Amino acid sequence: MLVSITCAGPNSSDLGFLLHKHPDRVRSVDVGGGRAHVFYPEAAEGRTTAVLLVEVDPIRLSRLARGRKSAATLEPYVNDRPYVASSMLSVAIGKLYGTALSGTCDTKPELVDRPLDLEISVPVVGAPQGGELIARVFEPLGWEVDSTVLPLDAAFASWGDSRFASLELRGSKTVKDALAHLYVLLPVLDGRKHYWIGEAEVDKLLRHGGDWLAAHPERELISRRYLRFGSLARDALARLAEGAVDSDERDEGNDAGENALERPISLNEQRLDAVMDAVVRAGGGSVVDLGCGEGRLLKRLIAEPSVTDVLGVDVSLRALDQAESRLRLDELSERRRERVSLVQGALTYADARLHGRDVATVVEVVEHLDAERLDVFARVVFGEAAPQTVVVTTPNREYNVHFERLPPGRFRHGDHRFEWTRAEFNEWVLAVCSEYRYTATFAPIGNDDVETGPPTQMAVLRKAAS
Amino acid sequence: MTDRSTIEVPELGLVVLVGASGSGKSTFAQRHFNVTEVVSSDQCRALVGDDETDQSVTAPAFALLHEIVDKRLQVGRLTVVDATNVKREDRRPLLELARKWDVLATAIVFDLPIDVCFERNQQRSDRTTPQHAIRRQHKAARRSVRGLRKERFTRVHVIDTVDRLDGVRLERSRLWTDRRDDSGPFDIIGDVHGCFDELMKLLGRLGYETDGSPIGHPAGRRALFLGDLVDRGPASDRVLDAVMAMVEGGTAMCILGNHENKLGRALAGRNVTVSHGLAETLEQLDGRPQEFRSKVASFIDGLVSHYVLDDGRLVVAHAGLPERYQGRSSGRVRSIALYGDTDGETDEFGLPVRYPWAEDYRGSATVVYGHTPVPEAEWLNNTICLDTGAVFGGRLTALRWPEKELVAVDAEREHYEPVRPLLDERVDRPALLLDVQDVLGKHHVETSLAGRITIDAERSSAALEVMSRFATDPRWLVYLPPTMAPVATSRRPDFLEHPDEAFDYYRGAGVAEVVCEEKHMGSRAVLLLARSPQSAKERFGISNEAAGVVVTRTGRPFFADSSMTQALLDQTRSSIEAAGLWDALATDWLLLDAELLPWSAKAIELLKTQYASTGTAATTMLASASALLDQATNREIDGLDDLQARTASRLSDAERYVDAYRQYCWDTDGLNGIQVAPFQILAAEGEVLARRSHRWHLEQIDRLVAHAPSLFRPTERRFVDTNDDAAVAEATNWWLQTTESGGEGMVVKPVNPITTNEKGLVLPGVKCRGREYLRIIYGPEYLAPDNLERLRERSLGRKTSLARREFALGIEALDRFVANEHLFRTHQCVFGVLALESEPVDPRL
Repeated sequence: MLVSITCAGPNSSDLGFLLHKHPDRVRSVDVGGGRAHVFYPEAAEGRTTAVLLVEVDPIRLSRLARGRKSAATLEPYVNDRPYVASSMLSVAIGKLYGTALSGTCDTKPELVDRPLDLEISVPVVGAPQGGELIARVFEPLGWEVDSTVLPLDAAFASWGDSRFASLELRGSKTVKDALAHLYVLLPVLDGRKHYWIGEAEVDKLLRHGGDWLAAHPERELISRRYLRFGSLARDALARLAEGAVDSDERDEGNDAGENALERPISLNEQRLDAVMDAVVRAGGGSVVDLGCGEGRLLKRLIAEPSVTDVLGVDVSLRALDQAESRLRLDELSERRRERVSLVQGALTYADARLHGRDVATVVEVVEHLDAERLDVFARVVFGEAAPQTVVVTTPNREYNVHFERLPPGRFRHGDHRFEWTRAEFNEWVLAVCSEYRYTATFAPIGNDDVETGPPTQMAVLRKAAS
Repeated sequence: MTDRSTIEVPELGLVVLVGASGSGKSTFAQRHFNVTEVVSSDQCRALVGDDETDQSVTAPAFALLHEIVDKRLQVGRLTVVDATNVKREDRRPLLELARKWDVLATAIVFDLPIDVCFERNQQRSDRTTPQHAIRRQHKAARRSVRGLRKERFTRVHVIDTVDRLDGVRLERSRLWTDRRDDSGPFDIIGDVHGCFDELMKLLGRLGYETDGSPIGHPAGRRALFLGDLVDRGPASDRVLDAVMAMVEGGTAMCILGNHENKLGRALAGRNVTVSHGLAETLEQLDGRPQEFRSKVASFIDGLVSHYVLDDGRLVVAHAGLPERYQGRSSGRVRSIALYGDTDGETDEFGLPVRYPWAEDYRGSATVVYGHTPVPEAEWLNNTICLDTGAVFGGRLTALRWPEKELVAVDAEREHYEPVRPLLDERVDRPALLLDVQDVLGKHHVETSLAGRITIDAERSSAALEVMSRFATDPRWLVYLPPTMAPVATSRRPDFLEHPDEAFDYYRGAGVAEVVCEEKHMGSRAVLLLARSPQSAKERFGISNEAAGVVVTRTGRPFFADSSMTQALLDQTRSSIEAAGLWDALATDWLLLDAELLPWSAKAIELLKTQYASTGTAATTMLASASALLDQATNREIDGLDDLQARTASRLSDAERYVDAYRQYCWDTDGLNGIQVAPFQILAAEGEVLARRSHRWHLEQIDRLVAHAPSLFRPTERRFVDTNDDAAVAEATNWWLQTTESGGEGMVVKPVNPITTNEKGLVLPGVKCRGREYLRIIYGPEYLAPDNLERLRERSLGRKTSLARREFALGIEALDRFVANEHLFRTHQCVFGVLALESEPVDPRL
C-alpha cells in the first residue's frame, strides 16, 4: 500500500522538514507484518513529493490470519491486504510521520500551523458505496477530491467495478491535519482492521479526529466504520458529546435483513403471540419447536405454565448455541432445566426423539426447505412424529408488494426456497391433512390486507380422531 | 427329552434355571456355559449393591438382570438365567422377554432331594440361606414342574438326582432355520402354484436335467423353492412329485408357503375353507393313492418357515421377513414369514393389506421372497420378490445365488384369474425415510477398500447442516467425489510441485503403469442421468424433468436454474445414445465424474470478490509504486535498488497472477460456452465402473466427446511406465509445456484405479499443479525464493489420509448402491465423504 504527499509552490521543501525525513535518503522501519519505507521521487524547488510505501509480507500476513478466518477458504493466502490503503498504512504513518502527526517540528516550529498546497495520491483505497463515500468523508474537510473507481478486470468489462478507487486530494492544509485525515479516513474507507479493536482505538480516533470529527457531518458513519463495533462506536460518539445514539446497532445475525424489512409492523412479535396462542389453545403439554433457531419461541414456551416440557430442534449448531445462551439454560433450576432440551436434528430425517409430543411448532421453517423435500418433511413430522397438534407459519408471498425495499419477484430472505401464496399454502396443508389424517384451521398473522392478505399465514393442524 | 443323559438347548434362546438355593444351579451353569452367557441374580446384586447377599437391593438387581437378558436376546445370544426362579411370577418377565425377541425358552429344573440342598448350602463359605427358606423354595420348584409347559417353555428338563446332575451332558442344537453353513449355489424359485410345465421349462433353462430322477443339476447347484408350490394351477400334484423327490434326493430345498400350510391342515383332516385354489389341488390329489397323500402331508410337516443361509448373507421366507425376525423362532415369526405382517385390514379386492416391510428394510442379509404377485422381480433395499404371477399368466422367475441373476420363463397361459390386477409397486413409493441416527453422532462405516472409517460427532454435525439444507435429495445423491492430494513437495529450487514426485511415489508403491491426465480448471461436477424420467423413477425412486441431477462436490445442485441442468443432461444423453453406451453397458442410468468449465461459470462471485479484486488492487498499486521508485532512483538516491527490484518483480508476479486466473474465465450464455470434461464413468446398473481401468474410461469418454465436441472437452493424457526414463521425461516435458501455457497441471493415477500393496490402498491419484496456476492458490508472489522456502514446510499427511478415506467411502457408496442396498447404507458413505470434507485441512492442498 502506498500514499504520496506532494507539496507544490515556492516553499515545497518545507515538506521534508515537517515530515522529519531527509529528501535524499530512504528511511525504512518494520511495521507489523511488513516494512515501511519513505523516499522522495522528486525534491525540486517548487515541487516535493514524499512517498510512504508499505511492503507487506503476504506469508506472514496469512499466518497471522490463520485461525481467525474460516480455514476452508483461500482468502488468507490470496487477498487485497498488501495493496489497499488500510489501518496498516495508518500504523506506518504513525511510525514514520509520528512527529508531524503530533504537530511538532523542532527545527522550524513556525511551519506546523502553516497551510501548504498539498496533493495527496493514494493509488488504491477502499471505495464503499461505489466510491461515493470517498467524497462524503473528504470534501467536508476542505479537500478537492478526484477519485476513479478501478475496474475489476479490464479484460472482463462485464464484471464491472471493483471495491477500490484511485484517489487524488488537493487542498491547502497543514501537514498535521492532512496526516490526521488520512490516519482516520483511510481505514474508514477500507472498512477492515488488521488487528484487534479495543478501547485504545477509541482514544486514537479521538486523538487524531478530535479537532475535526465532532463537526464532521458523517461523524457517526466514520466512528462506526473506524471501530467496526457497535458498542465502541457508541462509546466514541458519546464521548464526542453529541447527544442520543441509535441504540439499535447490534449485529442481528443473518435474519437482520428480513427483520429490518418486516420491522415496521413488528411482525415477529405478532407471529410469536399467535403461535403461543395456538399452543395454549391446543392445551400445551409437551412441545417440540422444529427449527427453533436462536430460541425466541422457546423462551416464550418455557414461560408458559401449560407447557410441561420443551424440545428445541435445529440443524444449525450455531443457532443452538445462541438459543442456549438466550435461554440461560445453565442458570435454570434443575426442575425447570429438565423441562427444556435442545438437540441438533434435520427435518428431512426420521427422528425418534420427536415422537410422542403433544404439539409441534414449525415457525417460518418450511420455506427454508427445498420444495422437493416437503414430502419427506411431511412424513417425518405428520407421519412419524405425529403430534396431536402442529402449528405451521410461513410468509404469504402476496403481501410482498407492501415491502417497498423488496424488489418484485424476490423473496424476503436469501435462504427462502419458495414463498407461498395463500392458495398454495392451503393446498399443501390440505394435502398433508388428507394423507396423514389431520384437520386444519387457518389464521392470518399481522395486518390482514383486503387485497393481499396478511404478511404471515398460519395453519393449525390437529390429528383427526381415529 | 430323548436321552436322560443329555440335555439339548437351542444355540439361540433363553435358558431358565429353576431350583432352590443350594440345588446346584450355579455349579451347573459354570460347568456347561460360558461365563458371559450366565446372568445371575447374585451377580446383579453385587453389581448394584456391592454384596451378593444383600436382599435389600433385590428390586434394582432384578431390574438390571432383566435389562441384561433383554439386550442379550436382542442381539441374539444364548442367555442363561441363574436365579431361583421358583415362582411363576419370577419366570413371567423372563418369558415375556423371550417372546419379545422371538427366541425359544428352555427350563431346567433342579429337583434334588432337599437334604442335598441343605448339605450344599452348609458347605458354602460366603453365606448360607436359612433352612426354612430352602424348604419353601424346594417345594415351590417341585410344584412348578407341571406348569412349566403351560407357561410356554418350549422344553423342560428335570434334574432329580445327584448322579444326573454330575453326569449329564449338555448339547447345543442348531435351529432348524439356521443354514448359515450352506452357501449353495442356489437357484431360488418363486411361487409355482401348480404350474408344472413352466417349472420344467425354468429348471431346464437353469441347466437342470429335467429327465433325471430326481431332477438335478450337473454342476451340483440346488433349487430353493420359496413355498406356494400348490393351488390354483393345473398340476400341483406333479409339482409336489418333482419337488419332493428333489428335496429327498438333496437337489432342492423348500420352505413353507401359506398354501402348503393350509393344504397340510386339510390333509390332516382339519376343517379349512376350501378357497384360493385349494379345491384344484385337493381334486388333483384325490386322483393319487393315499400313500402319496400321506407323503405330501409329512413333507409339508417337515417344511420350515424360513432359512438363513450363506453365512447370514441370504434369507429366504415365503412372504419375506424383517431383520429382527430372521433366524428367530416363534409363532409370530412363522406367521409373518408365511403371510406377512398384516393387521386385518383388507383392500378394495378383499385381500389383506400388508405392512410394506421391504420399504423400510435395512438388514445386511438379502431377503428373497414370494407370496405377493408383482409384474416384475425388482430389487428394493436388498430384498426381491420372485412371485411374478406365473399362475395368473405372468412369469415364473428364479434368482441365481450368489450370482444374483434373474432367469424367468413366460407362463403358457393364464391358468387362474387374478382377483386384482398385479400391483405395480414401483409407482408411488412413499417418501423414503432416512433416520437421523444413521448419520448423527460418532459412527463407523465399513469399507471394502480401507476397512472401518470413523466419522466423528463433530464432523457429522457439520455435515448434517450442509446435507439437509443445501444438498440435493439423497435419493439422487449416491456419490460424492473424494478430495485429491497433491504430490509431495518438490525439491527443485523453482517448483513447489513437480512431476518427479508423482512418478517417484507410484514407482515406490510398485505401480508400473500410470496415466497422466490433463487437469481441467473449472468446477467439479457429478452428472447422474437416467435414460428417461420413468427409468429414473424406477431406479432412484425419484424423478424430475431432467431425469437426473448435476451436483457440486458438496452435493449441491450445480445450477440454480433447473433448465440448465435439463439442457446439459439432454445433450449428454444424446451423446451417450449416439455412442451406444446404454446398450453396451446394459444400463438405463450412468454416473459421470467431470469438471465443468469455465471456472467463471460457477465461481464468478469468488472471482470478483477475491481474485479479480486482488489482481486489480495489486497491479494498480505496484505499477504506481514502481513508477515512483524509478523516478526516485533517477535522482540517484542510495539504498533504493533492492526495493526497486523487489517492487518490479512484485508487479510482474501480480501481472502473471492475473494472467493465470484469466485463462480459466470466459463469458457464457446459458450452455453456450460451457464445456464439460468427463474423466470417469463411475457406475451403471449392475457395475461399479470406477473399478475399471482408466484406459477404458478415457476410451468411452473420447467417444462421447466425438459426438458433441462443442459441449465435451477431451482430456489430454499420457500413459507412462514409471520405470521407463524416456517416457517419464516425455510426460514431464508435456507437463512443463502445458503448465507454462496456462494449464492447471495434471493428475497422475495408477491405470488400474484400485491398486493395493502391502501397505494398503495406493493413492488413486495425485495432482501435480503448474507453477503459474499455483499463484492463484499460494498468492502472486509465492515463487519468490524466500516465500517458496517457507511454503515448502507444508505438511501433506492429513490431506493424503483424507483423500484415501474419502476415496474408499466413495467406492463403498457406489458398491452399495449398485448392489441395491437400502438407501441409508449408501447415504452413510456419501454423508461420510461430506463429513470428512469438513475436517480442517490446509485449503491450498
